[in-house]
Amino acid sequence: MPKPFEIVVISGKGGTGKTVFTSCLASIFQDKVVADCDVDAPDLHLLFTPLVKRQEVFPGTPHASIDPDKCTSCDRCFQVCRFGAVVPPESGTGTIYRIDDLACEGCAVCEWTCPAGAISMVAGPSGKWFVSDTRFGTLVHAKLGVAQENSGKLVTVVREEARKAAIEKGCRFVVIDGPPGIGCPVIASVAGADLAVAVTEPTLSGVHDLERVLELTSHFGVKTGVIINKFDLNGEIVLKMEQFLESAGIPLLGKIRFDTTVNRAIGEGRTVIEYSESEVAREMTLAAEETIALANQGLDVKASTESRGD
Amino acid sequence: MISKIVVASGKGGTGKTTVAVALALALRDEMDRLQFMDCDVEEPNGAVLLQPAIDGDVPVALKTPKVDPSRCTGCEKCREVCAFNAIAVVNKQAMVFDNLCHSCGGCILACPEDAISEADRVIGRIEFGHRDNIEFLSGVLNVSEAMATPIIRALKAKGNDEMLTIIDAPPGTACPVIATVKDCDYCILVTEPTPFGIYDLDLMFQVVSELGIPAGIVVNKDDGANLDIDAYAGDNNIPILMRIPLKLEIAVHYSKGVPLTQVDEHWDAEFRNLYGKVRSELCQSPSR
Repeated sequence: MPKPFEIVVISGKGGTGKTVFTSCLASIFQDKVVADCDVDAPDLHLLFTPLVKRQEVFPGTPHASIDPDKCTSCDRCFQVCRFGAVVPPESGTGTIYRIDDLACEGCAVCEWTCPAGAISMVAGPSGKWFVSDTRFGTLVHAKLGVAQENSGKLVTVVREEARKAAIEKGCRFVVIDGPPGIGCPVIASVAGADLAVAVTEPTLSGVHDLERVLELTSHFGVKTGVIINKFDLNGEIVLKMEQFLESAGIPLLGKIRFDTTVNRAIGEGRTVIEYSESEVAREMTLAAEETIALANQGLDVKASTESRGD
Repeated sequence: MISKIVVASGKGGTGKTTVAVALALALRDEMDRLQFMDCDVEEPNGAVLLQPAIDGDVPVALKTPKVDPSRCTGCEKCREVCAFNAIAVVNKQAMVFDNLCHSCGGCILACPEDAISEADRVIGRIEFGHRDNIEFLSGVLNVSEAMATPIIRALKAKGNDEMLTIIDAPPGTACPVIATVKDCDYCILVTEPTPFGIYDLDLMFQVVSELGIPAGIVVNKDDGANLDIDAYAGDNNIPILMRIPLKLEIAVHYSKGVPLTQVDEHWDAEFRNLYGKVRSELCQSPSR
């Protein structure tokens, strides 16, 4: 079985409707496993009511720890740490050096440097990930521990497990609900994916953030389609976005109106498509269908390229 | 009283920037000077709403190791010390993968041949400007760079501790958020009355509690019907500082980059009142 075709839903700006759209896509698309890669603020499970089938601990990056009995207060660790994570004793309060765990990057340079062997690297659990059954099929999701780092690595784990689950279930697609932004966890969600769907809104901030997110997907060579959510907020910006997308050859997969029905649906733990037969539900369905069509097209292209490669 | 007030939310798009900018604008007549700091360096939008005059920028660079091939003997000491798998040794030569490097300097200390030096690699910039008496600072991560945290650290180091600082935090609850809220005096949690908003509010409240930072809630897009936030706030003893109603008019103004204080004059007073509540909360909370 070949590697599943990965569709990643991103936005740059938060709150444009990534998760709402992903849930709608998942509700009408059979041939898929869903991955919630917004691991530090995951929300998809609130609509999917998952039944957890498998649960694993995500080990965190080991952080430095100083054994006060062995520490000779030579100050070497303080001198080599570039993250300000070694806290020397305040003058006149004894000799105990300690580590600021929130500042520690886990580089272990202090451990390597310490002449007294007083520093060791200690790993604690930094999150959990789950494989669950839902009414929309398999969901792979995670929960980062409070004030923990490394969301990029946890994203990579969730994505990898979703690919495995898809192969196991005979699904050809993985749908990824991505995090906001353009940094580490977004790159971990997008790099190597087959299709990106950028959900945007016609606001000046939305335009600014869409530009950056399209630059990111282009950098990683991931074909991208765009959905304009809340299109009725600003017709002028929608027009500009449409002109820009057309000139850049980026497909517009749908336009969805601003409608508080969406909030009411979420309030009841359902997708807006399940909740009502309103216009907003129809527009969500159309956008999801366009996305599925583009993904199927992409899968055909991929298959023919791969067979030519053989 | 000089303090750092951070506006955070967990969930994106709840109105952090709207609240942070309106607060700064509402306070400009009360203060000699104040500072607005946009720490959402992946998607900085503070300038879209605040409309400051940009006076300049400075690059943010990470130190990245450079290997001198004539000195490298391929001993692999650098690879062994690197905790981030950023160094490989191929054909007796060390190679550095810049994107994985955290600039810890371990390889330089470990190299017995003195073959590694460091060069600056620019990953973003800090923009600075002003609007009236509001000093504006914003971090900007270059597209395709992964690490937001070094920019946030550099940004916060540039801040002036002598004046009130209002900080716009990034979404989420992971490293960039922690680097942002870490040394703040008070956190305004902006949320919206949906299950997503409340779930992420709780995640963010756990973070600030862990860090020992007092917090209060601003309910945005309040429809008056959903009382889950009130229940949550009551259960956890978090004050609700302010409510902003769910109104299409507000969203339309936002789309054009119009700050809330310019949508309707009464918001000026509301946000000054919000600051008053934060101050009195700060007086009551034990000093950290």
